[in-house]
Amino acid sequence: MTFDSKYFNIGYLDSLSYKDTFVHRLDPRVKLLVSFVFILFVVSFPKYDLSGLMPFFIYPVFLLTAGDIPLRVIAKKVIFVSPFALFIGIFNPLFDTSVLLTLFGIPITGGWISFLSIIVKFILTVSTALLLVAATSFVGLCEGLERLKLPKVFVIQLLFLYRYLFVLLEETFRMLRARDARSFGKRGSDIKTFIRFISVLLIRTVERAERIYQAMLSRGFRGEIRMLRRHTLRVQDFLFALFSVSLFYVFRHYNIVNILGETLGRTLR
Amino acid sequence: MHMADALLSPAVGGAMWAGSLGTLIYCAKKLREKMDEKMIPLMGVLGAFIFAGQMINFTIPVTGSSGHIGGGMILTILLGPYAAFLVIASVLVIQALFFADGGLLALGANIWNMGIYPAFIAYPLIYKAIVKKNASNKAITIASVLSVVIGLQLGALSVVLETKSSGITELPLGTFLLLMQPIHLAIGLIEGFVTAGIVIYVRSLRPDIVDDLEGVKALSTGGSLKKVIIALGILAVITGGAFSWFASTHPDGLEWSIEKIYGKSEVPERQNPISGILKEIQKKTAILPDYSLPSTSKEEEKPSWPAVDTVTSLSGLLGGIMVLVVVVIFGIGMRVLRKKMRKT
Repeated sequence: MTFDSKYFNIGYLDSLSYKDTFVHRLDPRVKLLVSFVFILFVVSFPKYDLSGLMPFFIYPVFLLTAGDIPLRVIAKKVIFVSPFALFIGIFNPLFDTSVLLTLFGIPITGGWISFLSIIVKFILTVSTALLLVAATSFVGLCEGLERLKLPKVFVIQLLFLYRYLFVLLEETFRMLRARDARSFGKRGSDIKTFIRFISVLLIRTVERAERIYQAMLSRGFRGEIRMLRRHTLRVQDFLFALFSVSLFYVFRHYNIVNILGETLGRTLR
Repeated sequence: MHMADALLSPAVGGAMWAGSLGTLIYCAKKLREKMDEKMIPLMGVLGAFIFAGQMINFTIPVTGSSGHIGGGMILTILLGPYAAFLVIASVLVIQALFFADGGLLALGANIWNMGIYPAFIAYPLIYKAIVKKNASNKAITIASVLSVVIGLQLGALSVVLETKSSGITELPLGTFLLLMQPIHLAIGLIEGFVTAGIVIYVRSLRPDIVDDLEGVKALSTGGSLKKVIIALGILAVITGGAFSWFASTHPDGLEWSIEKIYGKSEVPERQNPISGILKEIQKKTAILPDYSLPSTSKEEEKPSWPAVDTVTSLSGLLGGIMVLVVVVIFGIGMRVLRKKMRKT
């Protein structure tokens, strides 16, 4: 049980974010806002509109390819993660059995269409969130959040959390290894041991926080943390934002898919 | 019980974001007023602790399956509501970004469901009320179990209401509740006992961690429950306002866009049957998707125009495939371009 395999390569995702591509160079604020707008557009589609969602794949594909991010990493996570949406969605075909359309003589019920649209929405939104973090360093994201006027206390402890996440996880796995080495089979995983285990981890954590605080004091900490501002808004940031949002708008309000399909159908005939 | 973006409508997601963001700013303001600067590293590191704690599985007594803790209530007991809310929110931010648990839009709902209830309902109204009088082990156990169970029940209920009012699922409300609430009752009981166990054990080893921080908490809480309740009331009103505003603007936009999409591109002779379908689609989607009830299968006039149906659905299918092909070609093109750029 190594740290990385257990934690789905979050370290790997982090290392991807230090590449230097067009997407990585964009201002984090712009990426955050555009991605958020993207998700709003995607979820605003009515539940029976499946085909209209298809053009939206262009945005994650752009982030993926322009950001030079391996498809495998993202795909694995999307498949692996959160069965909740599937769990809720799978009930739609059971309850909504009104036939919405007939395709080559096969009746397709509204439930299946809305289920599929939940899945497509899920893939679009989840992959966008992952790609956002793969294309932006976490420090950059926090800088963006701070400059978007989120409370500084929040942003700073978000940074602390991220920094010590790796340290604490290593420590936890060390403790777990020690426990496993001293116990057979399922012994040692009972609730009583767990409580003591996690309590000790908690005490160690608090003691670590005290040490960190003392270290900060000795380096001149006086209750104020200054954040480095590395990014400035440039022309390409504005262009990227303008172009993407207007593209989303066009995709949302003009049914390109149907227009394309009709012309294709007409030429085929 | 993380909400997912795909289960939310923009109105519901936006309203939950507004509520959570408001609470976040309020908490940060409260903390800025009176905070021991010692809390800054402590909060961050305890957030990381929650992640680490969730990595440790234990065997659930009766069933024999394994589970892990959520940890919201422990944070609240250790840090007090304001600081704990910020830590819970940041744990959820990391989960949304790195583990794709939930998503960016659902983040607002998740912070609300898993942050507000333990920090501002269960802790002040239940845990503190019980433990205030006597801090015996028995009182701590009862307080922890009750507060965790109630916090989780409220969270699960919110998940149901949010999904339902987004109009995405066809699950009837009753069935949905029956699916969610009992599971979370069981989870809550286990988590409650584990929480109590941790609080009691840590207290026996390092009483200062639990009790001394109580001093910090007393500072930041300001000791007034009234204020919290008033603030929550105001938040509820704001959220409700946002809700109704979204709800009233939403259907118009939707109807307008549907008309735009389907109304123009039709050849006159086909107009009648298509506008029939249009109306049907409109009926299905436009009546406030947020509050729509599951469709009863009464509207079965459909099969009378099978030919037109195939045409529209076929063009949808063809168009969809074409768009996907274009996207894939675009992706491959970008990859090739990138490789060429790297070589030169």
